Amino acid sequence: MLILAFLAQTLRIAIPYLFASAGGVASERAGLIALTLEGYMLGGAFCAAVASYYTGSAWAGVLAGMAGGVALAMLYGLGSIRYRANQVVIGIAINLLAIGLTRFFLRFAFDSSSNSPRVPGFMAEQSGTGFRALASNPLVWIGLVALPFVGWLLYRTAFGLRLRAVGEHPEAATSLGIPVARVRWLALALSGVCAGLGGVYLAMDQHQFTDGMTAGRGFIALAATIFGRWDPPRVALACLLFAAAETLQIQLQGAQMIPSQFVEMIPYVLTIVALAGVVGRSVAPAALGKAAE
Amino acid sequence: MNAGTQTPSASGAQRRVTPTGTPADMRASLRMRLEEALLPPLVALLLALVVGDLLILTFGQSPGAVYRLLLEGTWGNAYGFGQVLYKATTLTFTGLAVALGIRAGLFNIGAEGQLAAGGFAAAVVGLLLPAGMPWPLTLPIYLLAAALGGGMVGALPGWLRSRFGAHEVITTIMLNFVVLALLGYLVAEHLHTPETLHTETIRSGALPRLADVVPAFHGSAANASIVLAVLAALAVGWFLFRTRPGFELRAVGLQPDAAEYGGVRVGRVWWQALAASGALAGLGGLNYVLGYKQYYEEGFATGSGFLGIAVALVGRNHPLGVVLAALLFATLSQGGLAVNALVPKQMVDVLQAVVILAVATAVPEVRRLLRGARRSDA
Repeated sequence: MLILAFLAQTLRIAIPYLFASAGGVASERAGLIALTLEGYMLGGAFCAAVASYYTGSAWAGVLAGMAGGVALAMLYGLGSIRYRANQVVIGIAINLLAIGLTRFFLRFAFDSSSNSPRVPGFMAEQSGTGFRALASNPLVWIGLVALPFVGWLLYRTAFGLRLRAVGEHPEAATSLGIPVARVRWLALALSGVCAGLGGVYLAMDQHQFTDGMTAGRGFIALAATIFGRWDPPRVALACLLFAAAETLQIQLQGAQMIPSQFVEMIPYVLTIVALAGVVGRSVAPAALGKAAE
Repeated sequence: MNAGTQTPSASGAQRRVTPTGTPADMRASLRMRLEEALLPPLVALLLALVVGDLLILTFGQSPGAVYRLLLEGTWGNAYGFGQVLYKATTLTFTGLAVALGIRAGLFNIGAEGQLAAGGFAAAVVGLLLPAGMPWPLTLPIYLLAAALGGGMVGALPGWLRSRFGAHEVITTIMLNFVVLALLGYLVAEHLHTPETLHTETIRSGALPRLADVVPAFHGSAANASIVLAVLAALAVGWFLFRTRPGFELRAVGLQPDAAEYGGVRVGRVWWQALAASGALAGLGGLNYVLGYKQYYEEGFATGSGFLGIAVALVGRNHPLGVVLAALLFATLSQGGLAVNALVPKQMVDVLQAVVILAVATAVPEVRRLLRGARRSDA
């Protein structure tokens, strides 16, 4: 029973990571640094809350959240693909923009600087281990297939082959007649949809939007993307690992065995160690961060 | 992952390599440099004004009234101006930190954690000092503590880069979270005053406030750290453009392979540059800890590190530009508070992001346009 509750909570925490890191893989494998996942998630969560509040429909919220993530991703594309500006700078600006816009329009739409009113969600009330509530939430199922879908796309379709080529060697891709810019735009759209859905899940799970509710989850998803070496199955494992550590910390809170701050560090420390190559080297897509001429 | 190859400075400094020729050539190249430096910020400000107008109009307010309030609340009275100076001081330090990194071809996104670590180190050292020592005596100790605190946080990703090739964009951003969590733990579990999230107040070495000299600044947090920021900008400028290590650093930033071939030890320049970058950001912590609150408080660094990237970008990684850009972003930050009665202060967060987006896209675009224009002239 205890184990089941642990697994259910791990899954519940892992879903937004699975969504966002699916977006991270799509974006980074195409050569676009995914510092923006945090912004997409925040935008997705906000749009979902607004749309589902005004329509009363959770699915309208899902659509709006995807649109919000994609809108920010397109802005990222405008800067990094169309104008070939520095991806890191544009990415950080997108995150600042997402924070600013959601706060501004939170006051505009709901006259509050902290949170939206209660919105409809999918999840049934918590009971028992929590698996039944999770299973009744369609977003959980979509989240579980997000990374497998991106993996299938990358390794089993012509588009995925092109996407990887664009991320490894855009010049070679161009010489083969692959429209590099278009492939990157599509990869970004997919990234925006996935990470936006991660935000939607958060808003629906908590039945409201709160200011800054993503709280660094986009960066944990980026950490999972890198720690999982940009490979969907490994990335999924990384998400589950990070979520399990968080769950353990929550469940041990009373016991005071490890200070919570040390558990918070786990994803970041592991990612730094992985990048340094102490235990198996993480090697990034070769053209990551490079503009294509 | 190679963000370094297209950092603003990497291509920006190439224009300095234009062949020297007749005075007319030099005048033309000077004009081009001026155009390149001034056009992007102007385009950015125009775009920010348009977006600002739209946001203000959605709230049913008059843009003119809001902008007037913004200017009055910042440059229009001594208190507001003091606050602008205070905020610009921290941003100058983080902006210089990022600019120095970019000059070496490295993107330091860790200024946030380095700033916090510098402030924390100063606050802890302050607790150990006997009470009542005059500030000129303690200042060197604090400078050393803050620079060491920030410098260590910067040196780690620098070492990881030169030793293992771990890309600094990711390691610095990840290290932000690690450092902030670690400091959070130390403050919450060991050092905090009961019921708060800050350390005990230090008893010696507080820097004089600007209001002690000019009473009109009364209430604003502006303090002697402003002088430190100006000195830091001068020092960075002197180092970059007047010393051999500074020349080597810029050479590494432009063409690491060529620099290596020319006898520069690139790996060493990398980690030293990031250590110096972290130290600069760490020194910014003194503005809050010694100049304003006299203690380290969790979250004091929030936002200042990331805005440092914006400041370096708009300031074209030049110390003078960094100071001016710090004033611009500080004006926006303080201006948000001034207009909050009419429109949500978060409007300025959006404007800051718009300025970054516009400058970042306009810089390569303007250069391309100017280059095209010059080619058709010839």
